[in-house]
Amino acid sequence: MKKFFLALLIAMVPVAGFAAGPTGPLMDPRVDPNDKASLQRGAKYFVNYCLGCHSAQYQRYNRLAADLDLPEDLVEQYLILTDAQIGDTMETAMDPVDAERWFGVAPPDLTLTTRLRGADWVYTYLNSFYVDPSKASGWNNTLFPDVAMPHVLWTLQGTPEPAYEEHNGEIAIAGIQVEEGSGLLNQAEYQAVTRDITNFMAYIAEPIKADRQSLGIKVIAFLLVFTILAYLLKKEYWKDVH
Amino acid sequence: MNKMEKATRSSGLLGWIDERFPLTELWEQHVSKYYAPKNFNFWYFFGSLALLVLVIQIVSGIFLTMNYKPAGDLAFDSVEYIMRDVEWGWLIRYIHSTGASAFFVVVYLHMFRGVMYGSYKSPRELIWIFGMLIYLVLMAEAFMGYLLPWGQMSYWGAQVIISLFGALPGIGEDLALWIRGDYNVSEVTLNRFFALHVIALPLVLVFLVIAHLMALHEVGSNNPDGVDIKKHKDESGVPLDGIPFHPYYTVKDIFGVGVFLIVFSLVVFFAPEFGGMFLEAPNFEPANPLKTPDHIAPVWYFTPFYAILRAVPNKLGGVLAMGAAIAVLFVLPWLDRGKVKSIRYRGLGYKIALTLFVIAFILLGYLGLQQPTPVKTLLAQIGTATYFGFFIFLWLYTFFGWEKTKPVPERVTFK
Repeated sequence: MKKFFLALLIAMVPVAGFAAGPTGPLMDPRVDPNDKASLQRGAKYFVNYCLGCHSAQYQRYNRLAADLDLPEDLVEQYLILTDAQIGDTMETAMDPVDAERWFGVAPPDLTLTTRLRGADWVYTYLNSFYVDPSKASGWNNTLFPDVAMPHVLWTLQGTPEPAYEEHNGEIAIAGIQVEEGSGLLNQAEYQAVTRDITNFMAYIAEPIKADRQSLGIKVIAFLLVFTILAYLLKKEYWKDVH
Repeated sequence: MNKMEKATRSSGLLGWIDERFPLTELWEQHVSKYYAPKNFNFWYFFGSLALLVLVIQIVSGIFLTMNYKPAGDLAFDSVEYIMRDVEWGWLIRYIHSTGASAFFVVVYLHMFRGVMYGSYKSPRELIWIFGMLIYLVLMAEAFMGYLLPWGQMSYWGAQVIISLFGALPGIGEDLALWIRGDYNVSEVTLNRFFALHVIALPLVLVFLVIAHLMALHEVGSNNPDGVDIKKHKDESGVPLDGIPFHPYYTVKDIFGVGVFLIVFSLVVFFAPEFGGMFLEAPNFEPANPLKTPDHIAPVWYFTPFYAILRAVPNKLGGVLAMGAAIAVLFVLPWLDRGKVKSIRYRGLGYKIALTLFVIAFILLGYLGLQQPTPVKTLLAQIGTATYFGFFIFLWLYTFFGWEKTKPVPERVTFK
């Protein structure tokens, strides 16, 4: 039996080893689908700062209400800023044709962004804006150079300046530095806000995730009992095989 | 079985059926009186598990088709609709996507078992051929199924693979056009892949599985010792080392199913993307014919062959090498002239060669997932040479009688 499990492990391990990692150093937002308080704050920030331009076209408001333990009337009152009904999906009010004219590109839908790029990418992205007067929007991003999106959260973070570093005789942007007091929040508070937004985006990317994991524990507990019984049954039957 | 001994019941409902349909006879022939060697080990779980996964895929697939929409502007949305708005849709979808990878895990281990214990050798060549056809159809089934979510990787993966047919001289471009039904992968391609994935190929698959099992039950199962249990029978004609499939192997396989389902559930409930191996990140973006992803790689189960394709500098040569890598498996029963079946009694050369073959296959699978670099291409070329080298070596080794085998026991070893 030992050999059996060993072989099973060997069969699984090399496959798991191929999992692709993130490209470059990304910040870890510690996404937690069970952190309802963070998700509720994230929902608030998302509808206020993101939904003006971006949609979450697969996420329904009433699903959000149910999953985040929010009463539907509160969601209607505080989170639906458009003329959407509670059963509708989270669509932006901005016309994509206008958006393309204003920004050069229509802002992408955000429902699946954390599954496409990774939650750590989104978190890092929101912490990588800096002032760049050479850009039309006045902003640039170290993770996504020349991005069309302006720094929407600048009132919170302030005005991050690029930090330069000499590397092999070439001057390159190594990171950003924010002057304390240039925004409404300090750096830790700003990171907490972006973490909540990222957490919320990870939630809308896969609303079932928390339930899926808790159901999984029950399913596997059942299967363990089933497998033990199956093993005992097998042993009993095989007693007379010599 | 002798016609005189034909198993029938004379009374009750079963008697009524048996007079009209050979139910009891079929049951006894294939299950309760099918004598399998008693010394099956770990590696013998994967045949029944492959059957289980086939059933899982068919059942979960039926439920997916109830809500999936095979149209260019609806397909991606309908998958998200299944994930969010369909009751238990997320579970059905994750079972189906995990099942696709599980199918290949199980089938690869099942094939490896066959190679290791010489189960492809006389008189089981046709079992092997049917098995290889199942593998071939399974690859087509998986490839076409992967287009259906209509994400970026679905789209561009199909674009790249179909374009490979274009490398064939003369008919290539027309063939690729015929497969796609359009000059690029489009909704036309999506619709025909849906039809083939949902109806045509599963039907072929089921018939091939039946043929595979009929051929197996005609000649009897091989075993880890590679000895023929039919050589030693008791006075009633039952092999001395054989035990009825039911209840012994049914009850053993139920245990195997339990272990398999635990591993399967771990993936479905805790890692359905499996780190981007089972569900690739770029596939969470809808297909966009105008935007090529940075890195197009097929799903892991195709990557050994994809690495072989890229290892050859010439496109036509690569396509031919990839085809040959699969084709050579079909003729394995005739390449290997060795009389000894099981690795337990084969020569050292065979053991080393098979080990190198497995390492090369896994290495190629890894390299097929990576962006090519000069070093990785070189490694892929070494892997490719090792892959084909195994078959050439095996023929030389057995044809010229270089193999020094150990004596094979008369009866199976048990415990």
